[in-house]
This record gives sequence, structure tokens and C-alpha cells, in this order.
Amino acid sequence: MKTAVITFPGSNCDRDMRVAIAAVTGQPPQAVWHGETSLPDVDFIALPGGFSYGDYLRCGAIAARSPIIPALIAAARRGVPILGVCNGFQILTEIGLLPGALMRNAGLNFICRDVHVRVETSQSAFTQTYEKGSVIRLPVAHHDGNYIIAPDDLALLEDRDRIAFRYASAAGEIDAHHGINGSVGNIAGILNEDRTILGMMPHPERMIEPAHGGMDGRPLFEGVLGALANA
Amino acid sequence: MTHSAPPSNHNDQPPITPQMIKDHGLNKEEYERVLKALGRAPNLTELGIYSVMWSEHCSYKSSRLHLKKLPTTAPWVICGPGENAGVVDIGDGQAAIFKMESHNHPSFIEPYQGAATGVGGILRDVFTMGARPVANMNALRFGAPDHPKTRHLLAGVVAGIGGYGNCVGVPTVGGETNFHPSYNGNILVNAMTVGVAEQDKIFYSAAAGVGNSVVYVGSKTGRDGIHGATMASAEFSEDTEEKRPTVQVGDPFTEKLLIEACLELMATDAIIAIQDMGAAGLTSSSVEMASKGGVGFRLDLSKVPCRESGMTPYEMMLSESQERMLMVLKPGREAEAEAIFHKWELDFAIIGTITDTGRLTLVFEGETVADIPVDSLTEDAPIYDRPHVETAKRASLAADECPPPADYGQALLALMGGPHGASRRWIWEQYDHMVMGDTVQRPGGDAAVVRVHGTNKALAITTDCTPRYVAADPRMGACQAVAEAFRNLSAVGAKPLAITDCLNFGNPERPQIMGQIVGAIEGMAKACRALDMPVVSGNVSLYNETNGTGILPTPAVGAIGLINDASHIATLALKRADDQLILIGETKGHLGASLYLWQFHGQEIGAPPPVDLGAERRNGDFVRSLIESGLIDTVHDLSDGGLAVALCTMALAGHIGVSVDLKALSEAELPPHAALFGEDQGRMLLAVPPDLAPDILARAKKSGVPARIIGQCGGDRIALSGLCDLPLDDLRTAHEGWMPDLMAQNLTAES
Repeated sequence: MKTAVITFPGSNCDRDMRVAIAAVTGQPPQAVWHGETSLPDVDFIALPGGFSYGDYLRCGAIAARSPIIPALIAAARRGVPILGVCNGFQILTEIGLLPGALMRNAGLNFICRDVHVRVETSQSAFTQTYEKGSVIRLPVAHHDGNYIIAPDDLALLEDRDRIAFRYASAAGEIDAHHGINGSVGNIAGILNEDRTILGMMPHPERMIEPAHGGMDGRPLFEGVLGALANA
Repeated sequence: MTHSAPPSNHNDQPPITPQMIKDHGLNKEEYERVLKALGRAPNLTELGIYSVMWSEHCSYKSSRLHLKKLPTTAPWVICGPGENAGVVDIGDGQAAIFKMESHNHPSFIEPYQGAATGVGGILRDVFTMGARPVANMNALRFGAPDHPKTRHLLAGVVAGIGGYGNCVGVPTVGGETNFHPSYNGNILVNAMTVGVAEQDKIFYSAAAGVGNSVVYVGSKTGRDGIHGATMASAEFSEDTEEKRPTVQVGDPFTEKLLIEACLELMATDAIIAIQDMGAAGLTSSSVEMASKGGVGFRLDLSKVPCRESGMTPYEMMLSESQERMLMVLKPGREAEAEAIFHKWELDFAIIGTITDTGRLTLVFEGETVADIPVDSLTEDAPIYDRPHVETAKRASLAADECPPPADYGQALLALMGGPHGASRRWIWEQYDHMVMGDTVQRPGGDAAVVRVHGTNKALAITTDCTPRYVAADPRMGACQAVAEAFRNLSAVGAKPLAITDCLNFGNPERPQIMGQIVGAIEGMAKACRALDMPVVSGNVSLYNETNGTGILPTPAVGAIGLINDASHIATLALKRADDQLILIGETKGHLGASLYLWQFHGQEIGAPPPVDLGAERRNGDFVRSLIESGLIDTVHDLSDGGLAVALCTMALAGHIGVSVDLKALSEAELPPHAALFGEDQGRMLLAVPPDLAPDILARAKKSGVPARIIGQCGGDRIALSGLCDLPLDDLRTAHEGWMPDLMAQNLTAES
């Protein structure tokens, strides 16, 4: 199986993403530089976390104008699964492949800690290995994870079962107290209409081996990459 | 000595006046030295260059004589002090490269940028040598929590450290934060970076090869940070605010690009020498490279990439703009290097050549604007044997001179929910401490543990200093700082390797302060020898005074250790409800200079706890061997606040209560508050399954290590000999609440 991780100037979770993918597939993904204009023929693309262009202007805004982006959009249209984590999620919203936007955290501070998220749907390649309604623990590390979206579009997301994860208590309660960054409806991750693109603020690649203090991120990779391997 | 013709007075540089000499921080004798070195009067650019190179910050003129007393070698030390950072062997052809550095004055003037550029500077010191940075740490000291500036400074410094480190993508894995009124007008921000390199890819700064190109890479040069080094070498007064323009502005995005570009170029063999532009910017980097290589530099300043037009040679040489490096490349490799830097969208400019003149010759728009013998800037720099008086010894304090608390439960709540014992979560949750995927022990432990990527080895990292002890007895206090670092590393299962130090003191021209410096260095040297932890890098920050009031002497120690098998480490969280608690080391109930005395009685009296380096080593080696053999997994060192703080910390982290018999701590009958809050050194607390306890005690006896069962784990309360029975939940509320409450007050007050 062929996979790729796109690196932008200022990406800093690109190595972590490559390590996670390689741990699950046994094959290192191709590192694609943002300045390329074409993508290799791959079955899966990841946009890693970090601070592309220093978060200057708006998080992800400059990266969304990179030379590689038209090729990424073309791959998305072909249905190639795309995972955007943290800054990768921000870039996907800036490109318009996912709706909504990620604003400064409500508390204004950068937040790095493990959080609980409830799996809202298992109807996607990314989330099929989790049980709907189950609670998993993943790290967050972001300054701009406060998800907002117009009410009509939010209704559409909910209607189409496109919310992948919500910040929750360990017991799965969704309330303002467990909404770490002010996101509407505690949204932590969303899918596109075709369920082939997942954007999420928590870092599944930081929870894939015992030394990380948890393994809850691994099933996500096993799900999407396993589905491809079996396809 | 040959003297060159005086350079032209470019841009009508004005003649040097006594006021200009004073403004450049040079005294009369030092200016005489300049005249002698040049054989003529300097122009303004040259005066500026001497001023920064001979500043305390760059020349170590007050401390150099005494720094020689520190041990700097060991079989595993690859490079000691003198380069950008220290280098130690960590096996398998790999090396750890690390250093800690102060950014105190800038952080007080402008906390966000001051702290951010402190992180940026120390990162550059490490990757300049060929290492990929893998961990950041920081040691912070603020004034009293209720001082009007403290919350502003704390918020700004934490945001600055996070803002820089998070963006660059190097995890900030721990550190320490203290509050004391002596830092009200002069906070301390000490930042440490640890990197990992291949031993055959370590880069040094000595320039070589007459005719080779001198290359400037990174950001453009602007007018920021001019005179930063000179500012950092003077006391503060009321006009501190006016010094804001001397603080640099950081751009972590550019730093990230610079790291990647440098490491990419370093993977080739194109580089002969490389040096970051830190304090005193282009001046110190070029002078150090030329001086170490025994060569001269001829630089054409017209070629320096500038952020704004109209910059003078004086400004270019003294700018401390960030994210810049100077390199010497092998002949013919310029194009290859330029392609890499352009890929990363960084400036690349050949600004000069190496000469055989031994002089720093600066040309601007075709005219020579400075011409200085390189050695005069380094080897001829003044060295002072400043008068010093030994700090008077304090009498030791008997436990009965210090009243017990009225209510032990309330005392624990106050201690763990107060400025000194409260959780620092509010701070470290603003730092990305997990990026790079190798953080094994996150913040909050005795030492951070970071796996060496792609291996099962790990580095343990800690920063330590108890300034109360150093103020009481500089010799013993500095010795204790090293001993505590040794203990913290041992407590996670690491073999201590070496230390870096940040010597933060007041004005060395005062004999009392100089006495603290000398005492602390000698105490540190003694401990480093006894514990086999040489000093491989560090810095000295003096003049930490405002309006003539000095800080507590703070020789901060940053230490690293090696763990051969990252699956065998210990953490401080209690893990099993029926474990027994074993105390390693002797308890004598030492309350002098203790946290108990300071927090509950507002007193800083008495001698600090004595350090028995032999016992410290024995106990540390013993505990480490237990961890390495996989026998134990739960260890915490005893330090500030003694057994009380250690017990509470372990219980809170593990969500498991404890029950302790204070009489079991020693043969001698100790007053309970002395047993509980005493800060005797060389102690660690273990939690082990009951069936293992006899074996551990037997092994301890065989090794000559004091060990006693003092209680057991279980329940959800802290129960101490009938003196207190405190619900863990109450303790947690106090412990976690203090700092968020403090910082929330700030928001309310400002809104």
C-alpha cells in the first residue's frame, strides 16, 4: 500500500505521522514537499500537525495556497482517503475540503494534554474500528482548535452523521465543562460528505504504542489503512 | 604588535567621548586596554565591538577565574565548555548535546519575546553543533505571587516559551518554577535544550582555510537587540522600560526552517565550521570563529542581508536579530549549500573570506570601517579577580526552635495548595510536551524521560536549584543543587552523565555577591567530582539586581542521564493499593532553611541541610540498580517540603492514598513536624509490593543503604500517625486550584 505525508514549511508532526503510518502498514510513507505540483500515486494522504508558515495570517491559510494543493484537491475528488490532524485539519478547512473554521481557543491559551473524545460514528474508514459512543483518550496540542460553523451547515453535519469525535468526559458526557476549547457542540473531528476525508484536532499519531501512555489512536490508522489493504 | 592605519570614519562616525565610553559599559582601565590593543583610538564601530565582546555576558570577566575550578572532563565527555554546547557519549555512536542559558534581563523587560528568544537561542546553540533538538526544559524564578508584576511576567514568559517551542516542534518536557520576593524586580528565565547527534557528525566553530568563504544564513539583520549583551551586563533601575528596544524579537517559524536547512546541509560534508549568532550577533560569532581557528576575517558588510535600509556597520555588528548563523564552507560547495537554504526560503549570502591577518577587518561600501586584532577581543579581554568575602555561616536550627503546625491537615493543604507546592499544570499544559513522539515521562516527574528516537534508550533530564539553601550557604547550597540533580536522575533509573549550569547572581562588584559566586562554584565543583557529573556547558548571568537589591543566589543546574532500556524506568505515581512505602536514606529532621520554615513562619534562617555526597551516591546508585533490574517502578526523591510533599505528590499522581507512621522514620524520636517537613538530603521514597519489601530491605542492608518501611498505600486519604487524615480529593482541589486561581485573578483585575 502506498501512502504519503505532505510536509509544509513549519509542519512539525510530519515525522510522527510517518512513524505512525509505518508502524501500522510496515511501509514508510512517502514524504511529499509542499512545493511539488503532483502527488505520487497513493492510497492514503495525511496532512500533519504543526505550524505551517508559523500560523501567520491564519492557521493553515498560507499552506492552503501551496503548489501541492491542486493535486490534493484532485486526489480528494478521486476519493483518496485524506486525514488532516491539527494543523492538517486547519489546512483542510482553509482549502474548503471540510466546512467550518478553527478559531483561537476560548481560554486563549495553548492546550497540551490528554483529552477524552466520544466516537460519534463508526460509519467511515477512519472510525470503523471504534464502537459508536465509545470514549477514547487522545492528546491535543493546539492554540486554535475552537471549531465554528454556520448553524445551517452544523445541522447538515449532524444530519448526515458527519461528526466523527466530540470532546467528552471519561464517561462520555458532552457538556461545556469538557469542551476544552470552545468548539461548537464540543466537535473535535468531522468528515466530508463522502466520508473520505477526516479532519480532527486531537493527535491519534501520538497514541499508538505503550510508551505513549496509551494506544487509542492506533485503531484509527488500522481502520483506514486496513480497509485499504483489504480493498 | 603591528598597528594598521586607522579605518575611515564612515558615515562621519563621531569622535569618541568619555560619555560614549561610559554608555558602552567600558570603564577607564578597559578603555585604556582598547587604546593599547589598537595602538590608536577606536572609531564608534570598533568601540561597540569591544564593548560587547568585553561585556560580562560575553567575556565572563568576573567569573572566568573561578569557573576553571569546575571539573569538565570524564571518559564519556566528548566536548566540554568553550563550544556552543557540551557533548557527551550516549553509546552506539551517538552523542547528547546540551546546554542551559539565561535570558533574565530581556524576559523582565519584555516577558513574551524575552523568554521566546531565550528558547530560540539555546536551540541554536544545540543544532549548530549538528544535533537535532529533542527536548526543552526551563527553570523559572518569579517574584512574590502577589507582587503586581508577577502574574503579567509569568503569563508572558510561559506564553513565550510555549509560543516558540511549540512552533519549532521540540517538546518542552519539564523544568521548575519558584516564587520569591527577591525576584520581584529581576526574574530568572533559564532555558535548556538537549539534542541528539551522530558522533561523526558533530560540528565545531573553529574557522579554517585562508580564502574560504564566510557565509551568512537565516533571517535578515534588523535593528533589534542592539546592545542586548551590554544591557544584560548591567543592573536594572527605574528606567528599565526604556530598555525595551534592546530585546530581540523571535520568529520560531524561521527557526524551524533554519533547523531543517542546517541539518540537511550537515548531512553532507560541506561545512568546515558553524556558529550561531547569539548575544552580540555578527560580532561575537565572527570573532569566536576567527579566534578559535587562529585566522582573520574580512567581512563586507554591504553584503549582509538587512531587514531595513540605511543600517550602519555599527548597527549590523551589534544587532541581535534572531535566527541567524555564520558558516565556513569547503571551497566550491557554496552552490550546493545555497540551494538547500533557498529551498527552505532562507537568506544565504557570502559576506566575507578567511584571511591570514589575524584581524577582524570590516569593509562597508568600499571603505574599511573597522580593523581589530581578533585576539585582542578574546584573549586580551579583561579578567578580574574581584574581591570576595565568604558568606557567614549560619548556626544550625534545632527542631524545637521552630514551632509545629496547629493542624497538620491544614498545613498539608496550605503547602500543597500554596505557591511552592501547588501543581505547575497551568504552565506545562501550555507547552507541547509530546511532539516528536518520544516523551516517555511527561512533566510532573522527578526527571523528564525522552526516548532516543528509533532506539530503546532514553535520556533523563532535570533542572535543580534551591536558592534558599544557596543564600544560607553558597557552598553547601550549590553542592545540594548538583546532588538533587543526581538524585532526580537516579529516581527515574538514569545514570547521571553531566551537567550544564546557569549561574545567576547579583552584582559581582560587591564582595558579598562575589563571595556567593566563588562559594557556589567551589561547592558545585566538589559535588560534580564526587558524583562524576562534570560540567560540560553553561553560562553566567550577573548583575541580577534592581536598584541595588540582588536576587537569591541561583546557580541552576541542568543535568542529563542515560537510561539503557526505556522500558525499565520508575515514575512517582503510586500504582498499587497495597504497596508498602520504603524510605531510603537517613532522616534527622533538618528544618533549617526549609520550605516549612519559609512558608509557615516567613523565616529564612538556619543552615541548609548538609549534603553527604558519599551517601547521596550510594543511595542513588542503589535505587537505580533496583529500577534497572526491573524490581521497582515507583520512586520519588525527597526535596523541598520533605516527606510531606513527596507523599502527597505520589498519592495525588496515582490517585491512591497513603498511611504513614512518622515514628518509623528514624531510631531517634523526632518531633513529628521535623520528621514530616525536614529536608534531609539523600532520601528517596519507594512504593513496592509487600512480598518484595523484605528483599529490598535486605539488598539495602547489604549495600550499606538506610531503608525503612514507613507505611503503606491504599484508600483515598493521607493518614499520618493520627496527626492528620486528609481526603485526597480535598488535597487535589487545593493542589490543582492554586495556579489557575492566581492567573484568573489577573484576568479579572485587568478586565
